[in-house]
Amino acid sequence: MDFQWNLVWSSVPTLLEGAVLTLQLTTIAVSVGVVLGTIFGIMRLSRTPLRYLAMGYIDFIRGTPLLVQIFIIYYGVPNLLPRLFTTGIQPYVAALVALSINSGAYVAEIVRAGIQSIEKGQTEAALSLGLSSTATMIHIILPQAFKRIIPPLGNEFIALLKDSSLVSAIALEELVRKAQIVSGRTFRPFEVWFVVAIMYLIMTVTVSRIVSILERRLRVGE
Amino acid sequence: MAIIEVTNLHKKFKDLHVLKGITTTIKQGEVVVVIGPSGSGKSTFLRCLNFLELPTSGEIKFEGNLITHRNLQLVRREMGMVFQRFNLFPHMKVVDNITLAPKLVRKTEPAIAESQAHALLERVGLSDKADAYPEQLSGGQQQRVAIARALAMRPKVMLFDEPTSALDPEMIGEVLDVMKSLAADGMTMIVVTHEMGFAREVADRVIFLDDGLLVEENSPDQLFSAPQHPRTQSFLSKIL
Ligand SMILES: Nc1ncnc2c1ncn2[C@@H]1O[C@H](COP(=O)(O)OP(=O)(O)O)[C@@H](O)[C@H]1O
Ligand SMILES: [Mg+2]
Repeated sequence: MDFQWNLVWSSVPTLLEGAVLTLQLTTIAVSVGVVLGTIFGIMRLSRTPLRYLAMGYIDFIRGTPLLVQIFIIYYGVPNLLPRLFTTGIQPYVAALVALSINSGAYVAEIVRAGIQSIEKGQTEAALSLGLSSTATMIHIILPQAFKRIIPPLGNEFIALLKDSSLVSAIALEELVRKAQIVSGRTFRPFEVWFVVAIMYLIMTVTVSRIVSILERRLRVGE
Repeated sequence: MAIIEVTNLHKKFKDLHVLKGITTTIKQGEVVVVIGPSGSGKSTFLRCLNFLELPTSGEIKFEGNLITHRNLQLVRREMGMVFQRFNLFPHMKVVDNITLAPKLVRKTEPAIAESQAHALLERVGLSDKADAYPEQLSGGQQQRVAIARALAMRPKVMLFDEPTSALDPEMIGEVLDVMKSLAADGMTMIVVTHEMGFAREVADRVIFLDDGLLVEENSPDQLFSAPQHPRTQSFLSKIL
């Protein structure tokens, strides 16, 4: 087999730039996703009409392809709000918004399951001490739920890390887009995509390791 | 003086009619033990008193005021509750379990809440466990912490729902001892339990619930030695 190592080495710095952007997009999107997901996950469980809003959001995001969501944000939002976006929307901003909104819906389901997994006795003990239901959620339920949802949150991070490659479709130069550029320039697609696969693998394996360490550290009081 | 007045309390879960009109008055400083067969509605009765279960109809007054959604939180902080399964907060140290509600609800200064917590731990015989997590304690120790946690709110009434039923036999005594000392200090207590020895020794009054009805109530001496109602007689013949 004719595998050109020198070509691999020369493409690494460019690909690394892409990998850094991939990691950055994913980290920001999942962080925003955790905030959105906590809010919508709680709304989903509330007995107010707000839960229908949460259900609509979650169903829409989980029921449509991420690529379509990215295009809707990238092309649709400037169309809807032409005065705000006279020169269109930056691919970076569109990508972040789309990935965050997408992540929020998946995290909302994770948070909902986490909250529901906490024994009812915890809520009852807190209420019987005179805590409000908000204080009960903040001090008793969420801290326990967050410990339990660290593994599924890790999975969500890994899934989004891989799915974020779809933003290459709006010409944002994350890892996959960089690879397309490099392989077009060098005509050596196999080497380039091989390196790309290794880079994704290193990132996802590192994340899983961090998650299991966190999980072990936080096991006190389970 | 009456502290809790229950009038014609009904509770239904969908089609299941669990409490079928309970009327009784709990006096200040009284220790009332509630007995009855499993499924007779003892827990539901206790949980209606602090509205963990919403009564279907009837009235509950606390210190003369009707309990409603508006004053519910105010009433709950005056009624401590101890559960069969302890329900300590597993993510918090023992001391934080005890100080949480005083700090959040009563706005007690953290330093004061903490010194109160240590005093309460001493009272239940666990001064050395302040920094432990609940999972590091035995069942009997957890239940004593749960009692200390409820007492930290300085409640006027304590509700106990089978506080020793989940415990290994050798740990029952340590929990009952704490409850006896509370009773001796004049705490108003409503206790669901199968510990008839405790009822005899401590209760001012025993209530027998059967099938959602308050069948009979009397002093422990009277009720245990001369039950009036055939259902009480049959229940007591099975357990005594
Ligand atoms: N949340 C609930 N939903 C439906 N049924 C319930 C609920 N809680 C209790 N019950 C039913 O009410 C009856 C009385 O229960 P409970 O008050 O726990 O009895 P006890 O404490 O005397 O054993 C039982 O038949 C039980 O299954
Ligand atoms: Mg019960």
